[in-house]
Amino acid sequence: MGTFGQNVEATIPALRRYARALTRDSDIADDLVQDTLVRALRSEHLFHGGDVRSWLYTILTNLNRNRLRSLARRPTLSPLEDNDAPDLAGPEAGGRDIERALATLVEDQRNALLLVVLEGLTYREVAEVQGVPIGTVMSRLARARVQIKIYLDGGRPALRRVK
Amino acid sequence: MIDRDSPVTEEELHAFIDGELPADRKVAVTAWLAGHPEHAALVAAWRAQAEAIRARFGADGNEPVPARLQLDQVMRQGRSSGGSWATFAAAAVVALIVGGGAGWMARGASAQAPTSFDAFTTDALDAHKLYVVEVRHPVEVAGDERAHMTQWLSKRLGSDLRIPDLQSIGLKLIGGRLLPGPTGAAAFYMYEGPSGERFTIYCSKAGVPESAFRFKEGERFAAFYWVDDKIAYAVSGPADRERLEAVTKSVYEQVDKTGARKL
Repeated sequence: MGTFGQNVEATIPALRRYARALTRDSDIADDLVQDTLVRALRSEHLFHGGDVRSWLYTILTNLNRNRLRSLARRPTLSPLEDNDAPDLAGPEAGGRDIERALATLVEDQRNALLLVVLEGLTYREVAEVQGVPIGTVMSRLARARVQIKIYLDGGRPALRRVK
Repeated sequence: MIDRDSPVTEEELHAFIDGELPADRKVAVTAWLAGHPEHAALVAAWRAQAEAIRARFGADGNEPVPARLQLDQVMRQGRSSGGSWATFAAAAVVALIVGGGAGWMARGASAQAPTSFDAFTTDALDAHKLYVVEVRHPVEVAGDERAHMTQWLSKRLGSDLRIPDLQSIGLKLIGGRLLPGPTGAAAFYMYEGPSGERFTIYCSKAGVPESAFRFKEGERFAAFYWVDDKIAYAVSGPADRERLEAVTKSVYEQVDKTGARKL
């Protein structure tokens, strides 16, 4: 296995982490990672330098977008969500809260936030992954953080907070 | 959220917690926050969000990689659950057969049962052979009507097509036409280089979601073939692998919809 393969291999654990945070479903996440790897290996001869890691994040992000779009096109019966207010206590509460908060984000905002805070990509790298200017990445981040804060503070879009 | 006359912008606050600020601004922002408790609370809340995200998902990156995601497995089998790889493997046997002087027939895979790929490559190569020599009527719609052609062919194929712009590698779009393909309509575009050499792209809906690239070279012509996002493509041109690969790369980057475009 050449350097390319080694770089790809070294990124797999991080790709799984990112995919799980994106999908919040470990099976779907691993499917996404597998599709990403198949595509990356297939396209190796087209890869002329650059950062393999960013490239893999790009492929995974785009595959996930395609997945969400095809889901959106297909009418499905979605399971009833637990729409209760964020849990106030318990060891798992924090994790569940942040998961639900992430779920309320627009996809591009969620991608940007996760790439920065979970994957440690720079703004510039995220801009490359998302194919947008850095300023757009920053406004996505800002909006994501505002939205999460609103959610965690107990506000929900359809329901005003009663004091 | 930040006062208009404030020396620190909200963008800087984000950059501050994401480690994107230059050292001198970091010092300035830290000092500024000391005098602005509301913003300091906001920054603390954003930091707590990031910590919660890392606490929830960070450990997922430390798990051992399951067998199906090991690279050698991926290389050997591809996606075992999806079934697409098995279909691809069958298709790979057929590959792309470009007859040179012997004529444009897909004979190389004669030992194999005919597949949709046989039909596709035969059609693509027949079209290339037939139209590249045409001087007066190589295309139905001229290249300067790209928008119209895109709309028309997309409608007939039932898929959003992109007609690649290959000007950057010296190829001018002559135009395109609608052709019969193995599974319905096929779109066919022709490009011409500075010395009159012609390249064609033939694409049509495919029965499989994707495949690897295939290359085949004949005496006079060569072609790259692949399936991406359920559309099969054949890029054909003179038998000069390096040149054809450059053309194919350019085409692939422009039609790919799922990410490998950013190479």
